[in-house]
Amino acid sequence: MTTDTIPIKKIKEINRDELVAPGTPLCAGCGGLEALRLAQKELGENVLFTNAAGCFTLLSVYPFTPFRGSWLYTSMSSPAAAAQGIRDALDVRMDKRGLDRSEDMQVMVIAGDGSTYDMGLSPTSAAIHRGLDFIYFCYDNEGYGNTGFQLSAASPLGSATQTAPPTRLHPSGTEAGKKDLFSIWAAHHPPYIATVSPREPLDLINKVRKAQALKGPRLFISLAPCPTGWGFDPRQMHLIAKLAVDTGIFPLKEYEGGTVVHTRVPRKRQPVETYLELQKRFRHLFVPEKREDIIAAIQKSVDDYWGPYE
Amino acid sequence: MNLHRSQMKMLTGNKTAAWGARLADVDYVPAFPITPQTEIVETLAKWFAGGEMKGKFTNMDSEHSMFAAAGAAAATGVRVFTASSSQGILYGLEMLSTIAGWRVPWVMVNVSRALATPITLEPDHNDVFATRDLGILQLHAETCQEVLDFILMGYRVAEDPRVCLPVLVNMDGFYLSFTREPVILPDSEQVRVFLPPFKPVQPVFQASCPQARASAVLGGTNYAYFKIQHHLAAAHSERVFDEVAREFGARFGRAYGKVESYRMEDADYVFVMSNSFATKGKAAVDRLRGQGIRAGLLKLILFRPFPASTVADALCGHRRVAIIDQNLAPGAGGITFNEIATALYARPDRPERLLSVVGGLGGMDIRDGDFAAIIDYLDRRDFNGPLILFRPEDLEKFRTLQAIAGHPLVGV
Repeated sequence: MTTDTIPIKKIKEINRDELVAPGTPLCAGCGGLEALRLAQKELGENVLFTNAAGCFTLLSVYPFTPFRGSWLYTSMSSPAAAAQGIRDALDVRMDKRGLDRSEDMQVMVIAGDGSTYDMGLSPTSAAIHRGLDFIYFCYDNEGYGNTGFQLSAASPLGSATQTAPPTRLHPSGTEAGKKDLFSIWAAHHPPYIATVSPREPLDLINKVRKAQALKGPRLFISLAPCPTGWGFDPRQMHLIAKLAVDTGIFPLKEYEGGTVVHTRVPRKRQPVETYLELQKRFRHLFVPEKREDIIAAIQKSVDDYWGPYE
Repeated sequence: MNLHRSQMKMLTGNKTAAWGARLADVDYVPAFPITPQTEIVETLAKWFAGGEMKGKFTNMDSEHSMFAAAGAAAATGVRVFTASSSQGILYGLEMLSTIAGWRVPWVMVNVSRALATPITLEPDHNDVFATRDLGILQLHAETCQEVLDFILMGYRVAEDPRVCLPVLVNMDGFYLSFTREPVILPDSEQVRVFLPPFKPVQPVFQASCPQARASAVLGGTNYAYFKIQHHLAAAHSERVFDEVAREFGARFGRAYGKVESYRMEDADYVFVMSNSFATKGKAAVDRLRGQGIRAGLLKLILFRPFPASTVADALCGHRRVAIIDQNLAPGAGGITFNEIATALYARPDRPERLLSVVGGLGGMDIRDGDFAAIIDYLDRRDFNGPLILFRPEDLEKFRTLQAIAGHPLVGV
C-alpha cells in the first residue's frame, strides 16, 4: 500500500516561501534546523508545534517566534501528551462547540533525540497506541546537544560525548549502538515513519507530502549534523549529512503499510572512515593511534544492516 | 443528561466529584487511575461512554502525560477536569508547575493520600501541600457537599479574567472519598446560570489565532515579570473567591468563607484544622464545651491564595491556638503552622500561645484523648512543639507487630 501523492522531481518545485524566519539563537550549520525549514515548506504555516526541552526550545524565545503557526513549549518528556490534549480539544470544539473546521491545525511534536529516544519515549508510545493524529519530528543530533553534548540513546558506537569520554579503559567512548527508534515505532504499526536528511531535500519534501495525506501517528527522524557537538566547521554540514547517507550509516527509508522501503540506496557504499574522520567526536579513533578494531566494528554494524538489502 | 430539578442523593466523595464535573458540563477529561481517586475517573468514563456527558475522555499513560494533556487542552479552549492523588501528584508535579505558568484555567480534584516511603493508601496532606508553591489555587473540602460546591465555584474562580489559573479541590482519601453523605445536586439549568459554558478570555489555539505560548525567556528580568504576574493573579483571586462565594450562596443557599469558624465566639482554645478531620475536631469542641472548656475550631478552606488577614482576624483575640497539621515536613514540622504564625506575627492582639501539632499521618486517627491532650499542652509553657500525636500505646502496638515477625530489634 502506498499513498497516492504526486512526488516532486526538481528542487525548483519546492515551495519558495520561507516559513521559518531567520535570526533564532540556534547554531550556524544546524542540520536539524535546515531539515525543519524544508519540512515547513511542505507542511505550510498552519502547524501547531508542541516542543520538548532541547536545542529547538530556543527557536521561540520571548517575545519572538520564527513560525507563522503556533508553538507550545511543554517539558522534556511530554510533547506527545500535550499534542494529545490539543488534538482532543480541537476535536471537541469542532464537534461540540461549533468551531469551524477551518480553524483546525496540524499538531506536530518537535523534539530532539534526548527527549525522543529517552525520556519522552513512553508518553510517545502511548500516543501512538491511542492512534493520535499527529506528526512527530525528531531532530536527531545523537546526543544531548543543548546541555553541551552528553550521551543519549541515539549516540552511535565509538562517538565521544561529554558523559562517555574515550579513555584508555574505555577507548571507544560510546560503547552501545544507537537505539533503533524506527523499529520501535514500526512495532506500533503507525501509518507512516520516515528518516530524512537535510542534504536530501527532494526525498524529505516527498516524504512530508506523503505523510500529510495520511492520518494518525507519523514520525520523521531527521539526521541533524551538529557542528558544536560533533566537531566540524558549520559549512561542512551538508557534506557530513551527505556522507552519512553515502556510507550507509544513516539509511533513508520509510515505513508504510507494514513495509520498509529504502528511498536512497547508496550504489557503492563508501567506507565509514570517510564520515568518521571529519568529526572531532570520532578523532580518538584516529589519533594518537588508529583504532582499526573500533572502526571495523562500526563498519560491521553498517554492513550487517545493509546485508539483507544488497 | 441534565438534572431538571435539584435532588438529594447519597454519594461518596468520589461520586460527588464526578457529579461536580458533570454539572460543570466539562468538555474534556484526560485520566489516569490511582487509589483512592479511581472511582472519579471510572464514573466519568461511564458517563462519556454512555453519552450522559459530551466531549472526550482520554485514558492517558501517566499523571505527567495527563496534566500535560489537561493544560494543553485548556490552552486550546475547552473546559477540563481531572483527578489524581499522592504519588500521581508527585509524578505529574513537573507538569503541574509548568501548566500553572501557562495561565490556563481548569479544575482538578486531589484525593489526599500519604506519600511514600512507606507506600500506603491512607490519607494525609503531604501530597496536596507538595503543590502549594506552584501557583495552583487550593480549596479544601470537609464534606461531600463541599466537594461538589467547590468544583463549581472553582471553575468560576479559575476562569475569571483576573485569575486564569488552575484550581485544585482537595478531599481526604477514604475518610471522604469512600464515605457516603447526603449531597444536594443542583439542577443543571441553575448551574448553567452560575457557570455558563467556558468562554476563554485569553487567545486559545486555533488556526486564525497563531501564537507562541510558554516560550523560553532569557534573563531574570523576563522570568521575574511572568512570575510576578502569576503571583498577582493568585493574590487577586482571593477577592474573586469572595465574589464567587457570595454569588454561590445567594443562588444555592450555601455560603462559604475562606475559613469556617466553629463555636469560636468566646473560645479560649482553638484548633485549626482542614478537610474531613475537621468533623472530628468539631465533635471534640462540642465534647470539651460539655466539660466546661471553651474550645472552638477554625477550618481552613482556601489555602492558596493564603487568606492571611482572614486567618489572623479569626484567631486574634483567642488566647491559645493549636494548629493541627496532617502532614510532616521532616526536620521542620507542620506545614500550615508556619503560614499561620506568619499571618499573626504583626498583630498586637495575636494569641499568646501557638502550638504546632502533627497528627493523622497516613490515615492515623486523631482520637478524643488527643484533643484533650492538645488542650493540656496548650496550657504548658515549657513545651514548644511540635507536638506529634504518637502515644506510648501506639508504639506498643507497633512493637507487637514487629515481634510477630520476629523483628531482631525488638527489645533493643
